[in-house]
Formats: sequence, structure tokens, C-alpha cells
Amino acid sequence: MSKRTDLLLSIADDELILGWRNSEWTGIAPFLEEDVAFSSIAQNEIGHARALYELAAAELGTTADELAFDRKPEEYRCAPLVELRRLEWARTIARHWLYETADEIRLATLKASDDSEIAGVAAKMDREEAYHRMHAEMWIDRLLSSDDGRERLDEAIDELWPYALGVLDDELRPELRARVEARLGRELPEVEPVPRGVHEAELAELWGEMTLVRRSAPAGAQW
Amino acid sequence: MIYEVFRQERKGQPFQHAGTVTAPNERFAEIYAREQYGRRQESVALWLVARDDVSEIAEFPDEFDLKYRRVDGYSIKARLREARERAGTLELAPGGVEE
Repeated sequence: MSKRTDLLLSIADDELILGWRNSEWTGIAPFLEEDVAFSSIAQNEIGHARALYELAAAELGTTADELAFDRKPEEYRCAPLVELRRLEWARTIARHWLYETADEIRLATLKASDDSEIAGVAAKMDREEAYHRMHAEMWIDRLLSSDDGRERLDEAIDELWPYALGVLDDELRPELRARVEARLGRELPEVEPVPRGVHEAELAELWGEMTLVRRSAPAGAQW
Repeated sequence: MIYEVFRQERKGQPFQHAGTVTAPNERFAEIYAREQYGRRQESVALWLVARDDVSEIAEFPDEFDLKYRRVDGYSIKARLREARERAGTLELAPGGVEE
């Protein structure tokens, strides 16, 4: 597999799995407006995944659906950050914000890519991600504006920080650290990143749910 | 806080009341309104107004039953036409002469 395909699948898998995780809030988010907004963000992420899978599929001679649903859990290349089941709001927001911050850094490098297809998809994604970032940032401000919120956010960030570093390649990590520390106004510990390729047990469980319908029908079924 | 949301379906059309969003502040309200009333490309623009900022008028006393000030059941078209003919301004009227 080419380095290009590997990169496309890594990002596509991040977006698909995070979209899936975020959609777990549909119907049970803290209040109705947030439910609609967060579900919409989840759908956008899955849309981004599809666009990236299509690019990868063209190279591999397969389809986006096959890449999304027909691989084994251990073949996914997503960062463990997106695999975690975090049905607790402060952690969900912390994960969402850490991911969007890392994703912004990653998209900036992709937009500058010599590969016009990759640069094009990255620019399109970034126009939607801008609103995801606005959503994440407003929540961070909200949490930082009270002692209780700050405490919950800090706890969540400390827990997720090694995972957040794992979203990016080595050379982009210092930028993520700088942005997160500046925003939170505190230093984060030197930790070993949780890298791609190592999967959380929760991924297999998620995969089971995610592919249930597809696996229930014979291969090649038309929907 | 409750925000009233108005949406414009196409450029140039009037904004119409779409519904409300409940949000802690304007920033949240904008994000929520965008997702609730714009994510399906059903709007080209939205207006958000805090409900508290809306001036409402809801009382219209008519103690002496001034029916003649109401226009229901009263065709003004023909009378206007006659008046315009008398004044020689028929061709200036909206819709011109072919009424």
C-alpha cells in the first residue's frame, strides 16, 4: 500500500470512527439543540470519511463502503483517541476539541500538499471543520468560565492528552502542545503518545455495531 | 435564553419565522441555529433575535365595534379603479390598466 493511501485511510478512519462515536449522543445529548448540532457534526465527519475513502478506493480498485465496513477491526488505522467510548459530556467535549485542534494542524499541511486531489479534499473539509471548531471553542470557553467546568475539563484533558498527541505525526506534535497549552493556560505533562496501530478494546465492540447491518446481508447486496 | 430564528429561503425573499433555539448565549444560539435551520441548505440566511429584544404588541381594543374600519368582505378594487379613472391616474396604478 502506498504512503498516500495509508495517509488517506488514517484520516478517513479517524473521521469515520469519531463520527460514529459522536453519533452515540444522538437522542441523549444534554439538551435538544446540542443534540441536533452534535449529531450534525457527526454526520459531517462521516461525510469527510467517505470523500477520503473514495480517493483511497480509486487507488486500491475498491469502493468507499468496502473500505469503511469490510476490513477487520485490526486493519483500521485510526488514532486510539477516536476509539474511546466516552459517554460523559466533559470528556466528549475535551476529545472533540483536542481532535479538532489536531485536525486543523493536519489539514493545514494537507492543504499545502502537491497532490491536488488531497489538497482539494482537505480544503473542502476545512471549510466545514471551521464550524466544528467554532462549536468546540465555544464549549471550551463555557467550561473555562466556571470552577466546576474548569475542573472537569482539566481532568478530561489530562486523561486524553497522550491520546491526542497520537493523532499527529511526530513533527506536528509540538504545534498541538503549544496550541493546547496556550488555550488552557497551563503546561501539559511530557507523556508517551498513544500511537496509531495500537487499538483500544472498544474499537472491536464499535466495529461489531457499525458493521452489523452490512454483515447481515450477503456481499454485494444492493441497498 | 430563547432566540427567535427567522430564515430566508432564497436571496431577495422576506425572512420568515422558522422557530426558536434555546441557548445560554448568542454564540451558542448561532451555532445551534445554523445546525437546526441551515444544515440541509434550506436557508440562505438566518436572523437571530433574543426573544427579550422582541417588542410585542398584542392588544387591539375596539370597544365601539368600528366595523367600517375593517376591510373583510369589502371589495376595494372596483372603487379604486373608478377613483383612478376620475383622477386620470389609471395607467400609473400598480398592475397598470389591465386590472
